[in-house]
Amino acid sequence: MRRPFLSLAAAAALVAGPAAAQQSDLTIALQLEPPHLDPTSAAAGAIDSVLYANVFEGLTRFGADGGILPGLAERWEVSDDGLTYTFDLRDGVTFHDGTAMNAEDVKFTLDRARAEDSANAQKALFEDIAEVTAPDPQTVRITLSQPNGALPFNLAWGDAVIVAPESIDAIKQAPVGTGPFRFEEWVQGDRIELARYADYWGEAPALEAATFKFISDPTAAFAAMMAQDIDAFAGYPAPENLPQFEADPRFQVLVGSTEGETILAMNNGQPPFDNALVRAAVAHAINRQDIIDGAMFGLGTPIGTHFAPHNPDYLDLMDFSPFDPEKARALLAEAGFADGFTTTLKLPPPSYARRGGEIVGAQLRAVGIETEITNLEWAQWLEEVFRGKDFGLTIVSHTEPADINIYARPDYYFQYDNPDFQALMKELSATSDMAARTELLHQAQRMIAEDHVNAYLFQLAFPTVADARLRGLWENQPTQATDLTGVSWAE
Amino acid sequence: MLRYTLTRLASLAISLLVASAVIFLVVEVAPGDPAAYMLGLNAQPDTVAALRAELGLDVSRPERYLDWLGGMLTGDFGVSYTYRTPVAQMIADRLWVSLPLALYALTLSTCIAFPAGLLAASRRGKAADIGVTAATQLGVAVPNFWFAMLLVLLFAINLGWFSAGGFPGWDDPLAALKALTLPAIALALPQAAILTRVMRSSLLDTLGEDYIRTARAKGLSRGQVLWRHALRNALIPVLTIIGLQFSFLLAGAIIIEQVFFLPGLGRLIFQAISQRDLIVVESVVMLLVFAVITVNFAVDLAYAAADPRLRTRR
Repeated sequence: MRRPFLSLAAAAALVAGPAAAQQSDLTIALQLEPPHLDPTSAAAGAIDSVLYANVFEGLTRFGADGGILPGLAERWEVSDDGLTYTFDLRDGVTFHDGTAMNAEDVKFTLDRARAEDSANAQKALFEDIAEVTAPDPQTVRITLSQPNGALPFNLAWGDAVIVAPESIDAIKQAPVGTGPFRFEEWVQGDRIELARYADYWGEAPALEAATFKFISDPTAAFAAMMAQDIDAFAGYPAPENLPQFEADPRFQVLVGSTEGETILAMNNGQPPFDNALVRAAVAHAINRQDIIDGAMFGLGTPIGTHFAPHNPDYLDLMDFSPFDPEKARALLAEAGFADGFTTTLKLPPPSYARRGGEIVGAQLRAVGIETEITNLEWAQWLEEVFRGKDFGLTIVSHTEPADINIYARPDYYFQYDNPDFQALMKELSATSDMAARTELLHQAQRMIAEDHVNAYLFQLAFPTVADARLRGLWENQPTQATDLTGVSWAE
Repeated sequence: MLRYTLTRLASLAISLLVASAVIFLVVEVAPGDPAAYMLGLNAQPDTVAALRAELGLDVSRPERYLDWLGGMLTGDFGVSYTYRTPVAQMIADRLWVSLPLALYALTLSTCIAFPAGLLAASRRGKAADIGVTAATQLGVAVPNFWFAMLLVLLFAINLGWFSAGGFPGWDDPLAALKALTLPAIALALPQAAILTRVMRSSLLDTLGEDYIRTARAKGLSRGQVLWRHALRNALIPVLTIIGLQFSFLLAGAIIIEQVFFLPGLGRLIFQAISQRDLIVVESVVMLLVFAVITVNFAVDLAYAAADPRLRTRR
């Protein structure tokens, strides 16, 4: 009776194949598949998660710690009036089709991004650029219409990577960049394959090939990781399983931070949230740690303002809105809502919103605010909440790096209209002195925390589960990226 | 027969036209703009407008409907808003996963249901019948995605015989079949349970007919009667159910495709809906409607061929 079982097991062992000697390929899973492969014409973070730093590079780039590093530009100089940036390009940079990358390509890229009919999702990054010139093939000069100290930071975004005019028409299906990996194949719905680019200008990566697989279902993610079909899962979608992976010697678990400030946004343009007292009451009714524990299984760092805690310019401002239901009730009474009120709480699909929303609803009920919870798909959320501004409360994570300037846009969905803040942001973009910028950023953080524009919940964490022998994976997400240049297998 | 065929053909065309209008309306009325979805939270209104123009979304709805309809008549399904590849190409790629999976599952369920149904019917009221009936109760009750997870847990995680999901492509047919095995089993078992029950009751009905008694009276054994006379006549309702199951398997594997992260039609439509890739949703649904309506048309013709009374009755 044991024979058939044994032969089956033997067959399975044969199918599994012999253990590889020294592994030089990697299969890494992500939850979301890119819609197409042009990082310069869509907001989808999944595009950058596959291509940023691997296939495409910009003049500058984000390092693993969020700092701005030279990319295709070796160095840059700023004129004294802060209006002209001169970038010296690296020698010997080629695109994956073999053509040289030069200043004309940079000019093409930036002019395309800021053109009138541009489909760049972050067009605002290029707003202050008045002119881009290429005095010689290795030099790019950018003239600004007003000083903007954040230019090197803006150019590090995935939306500012350098593309070539020759390959732009096919970029959505067959991206051609300058990075250490070239695009090989995309089996839609399943995987994208990259291979090491032999003529890369910089240090060659340890990996010869990398496959990105797309697994959206959390249960399937768990199964694929446990069965070791995949070597790593960046942005692991089921935090409840993490302890199981931590306890298993085959795996390692990295929990990093992201640029995602998760906020309970309030409609400042509409009663009752146009009343600062009501907003303060909501902010005091929220118990951040309960939300992090209940909705995120303990993953996440509480925040008191719209700024990433790992940023050196972050201020801990949670004292402006500690959990204090008594005070929340008193504030409500002062605002004329002693009996509370009813409002809407519209939730997009991610679990931070759906699970967090239930807890927020319960916490608000405890101080007398009833919420009608509606679950929305992203497309609906964008239409109703973001564009239509038809909401009382919503929960969303703002994943763009250093995006406190959204509070200077009065037409932005939460509709915070404060001229002082808008002036502050103008001053900030015109300032390139680091100490002065820090001071302005501190003022900005304090202003929105004091005004209780939104209730600031927590910074979204970024869990990665990986084979225990993998080295060099990014732990944090200073921008959405899966930088494989430094990844290798331990002996 | 010709007249009958022509009237059926005309009603087929009208059904398809009405279906296309309903699908277009329902999909277009759902809130959400594909361009806004793609550009995210920081996009400026003029960028969204530029993308809408690029995608051809600034054209009026009736015009877009006619474009889509006209394109489909010539086999051109349009270009996906998000992926920017021809929809026909995307559907063809996905069919290479979904169609074999549906066939595989159908074969499995038939191979299980036929012997099980025969066994139960021939041993009516005995232990084997009770066993099969109980098993089918269970099979009908267990949701297929839950069963799929159990399969993954056992065969992929604990035993390591199969991978937990994914699809390597048809370059290596054996590997491809292997990747489809667990999903096919998960899809097949609940279907097999239903089919077994239909098979059993249909056989039992037939076994009660007069001609069966006559055949027995002629001296045929129980087994001979079952094989030669009952089975053939009991097959008609079974084949109808198999036909229905096939279209269900083709369109209804969405959840199983999610559990096994297979790049099939179900997953395509799932993604397309959340990304508001309207043209993909419309075209895939239209294709499925077309498949179901054509199958029904073929069944109608087959019935008419078998039963002349149907040809003249309106």
